Amino acid sequence: MDIFLQQIINGLVLGSIYALVALGYTMVYGIMGLINFAHGEVVMIGALTALTVIKLLASSGLPGTVVVLIGLLAAIPVCMALGFAIERVAYRPLRNAPRLAPLITAIGVSIVLQQLAMIFWGRNYHAFPPILPATAREIAGAQITDLQIAIVLIAALMMAGLMLLVNRTRLGRAMRATSENPQIAGLMGVNINVIISATFVIGSALAAVAGVMVSANYSIAHYHMGFILGLKAFTAAVLGGIGNLGGAMLGGLLLGLIESLGAGYIGDLTGGFLGSHYQDVFAFFVLILVLIFRPAGLMGEKVAERA
Amino acid sequence: MRSPVKTISLAVASAFVVFGCGKEEPPPPPPKAEQPAQPPKPTVTVKIGHSSPLTGPQAHLGKDNENGARLAIEEANAKNMEIGGAKVKFDLLGEDDQADPKQGTTVAQKLIDAKVNGVVGHLNSGTTIPASRLYSDAGIPQISPSATNPKYTQQGFKTAYRVMANDEQQGKVLGGYATQQLAGKKIAIIDDRTAYGQGVADEFEKAAKSGGAAIVAREFTNDKATDFAAILTKVKSRKPDILMYGGMDAQAGPMAQQMKKLGVKAKMLMADGGCTTEFHKLAGDAAEGHYCSLPGVPLDKMPGGTAFKEKYAKRFNVDIQLYAPYAYDAANVMIDAMKRANSVEPARYLAELPKTAFGGVTARIAFDEKGDVKDGAITLYQAKGGKWETLETIGGAAPAAEAKPADAAAKPAEAPQAEARPADAKPAAPAAAAPAQPAEKK
Repeated sequence: MDIFLQQIINGLVLGSIYALVALGYTMVYGIMGLINFAHGEVVMIGALTALTVIKLLASSGLPGTVVVLIGLLAAIPVCMALGFAIERVAYRPLRNAPRLAPLITAIGVSIVLQQLAMIFWGRNYHAFPPILPATAREIAGAQITDLQIAIVLIAALMMAGLMLLVNRTRLGRAMRATSENPQIAGLMGVNINVIISATFVIGSALAAVAGVMVSANYSIAHYHMGFILGLKAFTAAVLGGIGNLGGAMLGGLLLGLIESLGAGYIGDLTGGFLGSHYQDVFAFFVLILVLIFRPAGLMGEKVAERA
Repeated sequence: MRSPVKTISLAVASAFVVFGCGKEEPPPPPPKAEQPAQPPKPTVTVKIGHSSPLTGPQAHLGKDNENGARLAIEEANAKNMEIGGAKVKFDLLGEDDQADPKQGTTVAQKLIDAKVNGVVGHLNSGTTIPASRLYSDAGIPQISPSATNPKYTQQGFKTAYRVMANDEQQGKVLGGYATQQLAGKKIAIIDDRTAYGQGVADEFEKAAKSGGAAIVAREFTNDKATDFAAILTKVKSRKPDILMYGGMDAQAGPMAQQMKKLGVKAKMLMADGGCTTEFHKLAGDAAEGHYCSLPGVPLDKMPGGTAFKEKYAKRFNVDIQLYAPYAYDAANVMIDAMKRANSVEPARYLAELPKTAFGGVTARIAFDEKGDVKDGAITLYQAKGGKWETLETIGGAAPAAEAKPADAAAKPAEAPQAEARPADAKPAAPAAAAPAQPAEKK
């Protein structure tokens, strides 16, 4: 039982990170119908920026949590600026172009950012300084660190905050209006450019938070880290119903749990016929099943709720 | 305008037809026939291809290999060598194979099309093996610095060589060490499903089983993963005393940390892929007490290790990651064969490669009939205080022969591994002892 509980915790931590990144995909898709493949790289830049600041301050004698928070506060504006710039340079000129064109520039931006990061931060892996307490608490036989508790809580808080922003504020109303029909929203006095920029900036801020979480939790950052993370988060967004905020969260958490339980139990369930290397196969199999029966994803039905 | 084009394409087409039907005729003279015409030229450019992952998760290792080969080439150029009566200038064509088998063959074809005289590479077994067929078909000698999967040299290609002991040897030594010195009874194995990781893990499993240990878990990850919580949790439930990981440092480091967080008490055992300083950086204090093995002898005990380390740091302003000395040796072995053959033509100097007896920085390099390095030594290390500390060297290497008396006590335990290894392990020790002497002076 303790092993099962541990796998659930593993899945929740992983899933929270996926969910946070998936929000960035889903917000942009909801507003523009565009898949921002460079989003994973924004996470990576956030992680590496924060890490650079954290490394500088690691020996300053400040408490570890404060140092990480300063790193996070440094990464958020960098990522926000980056998100703004990506939209301005790669997507805005192509807003009325065929849908394939911005998809290609998205992949292009992703490659450019990766290579720039490689030039700037080098090819080596960067280790996260051991400034956060790494000792695990034991809950009913399962191990969880304070950082992991923080990850799950912060992710939940950010999502709740985003929900409030979209559903309760003026900006949120404008975002929902733009999502429904940009032209008409424009005619009603919504400044579409500002709304779209705001979407990218908010998504990128979430990416920065996710980046710091990933690098702190796995103690590692690398210019290539955004690729797989972005792919998984995109999958999570599709699983939950791309364009739907709640769907991204649900999809992220589900994907984390499926991967974790899949890797943990698939070998035993199939009598050793399938091993833990099928964890991704398992995750994508679930995705396919969901898409067969609910082509819009788990929660992707109500178009009006898109943000 | 159109007709000449048409004529040409017709001519080309008919040429193809002629060649296609002309199988009965004697084959066209091989390209080497052109070579004798070249000596009048003052300088000949010799292209040495190099391939390793320069982007992606293993880019740090890939660049390291390329630097090693580059250093050898630059030194050779500084010597203003003459081969076959002409001055030679070596040119390194460094390619990026992304550690991806598909990309590996693309790069191989690119190098072949660029008419390289030889290839140093690739880094990974997964790219080296598929690429080796292309090099073999093109008749281009290939020396891999770091591909350790046994299959590479077992395909019967005359062009395939490597300067590092293969996984069969490494897996056996690690398996023996785990079951005897560490007295492991319950062993868990994780590998990254690459040709290298899977290969070395399988060899380890065989050796550990024959050593009497039970394999309590066999889990898998991939070479891009950072999260191992799920498989480690499963491993934990089986309570192993040893966890063997077949894969690279970028996964091994975070894995060691997650083991600590999850409370997995097992000692971790890794092959060469995890045997880097990067592992310590990534694992932090979670690295303490884990083990790894590396073909060859420790850098500071290599015949020219210390000098090489300084040269490398001076030229590239970075520290050696892992395989740079092997890439350096591989390039030098190739140049050495060219010198002895007095030709840079692949077909000519390929015949000299089996006769190699080269005093490299990693070891005295000679090849067996398959193209594997003879008497490859394997050294075991343990992580202590943020560094890999040498435990012992097993097999043909020199420094082991004159090791501290403490090693004598370990000898009986070692015996089964010596048995598993062909008998040539023993006589090799005194012979190889010679090049080690100067290293002691330094």
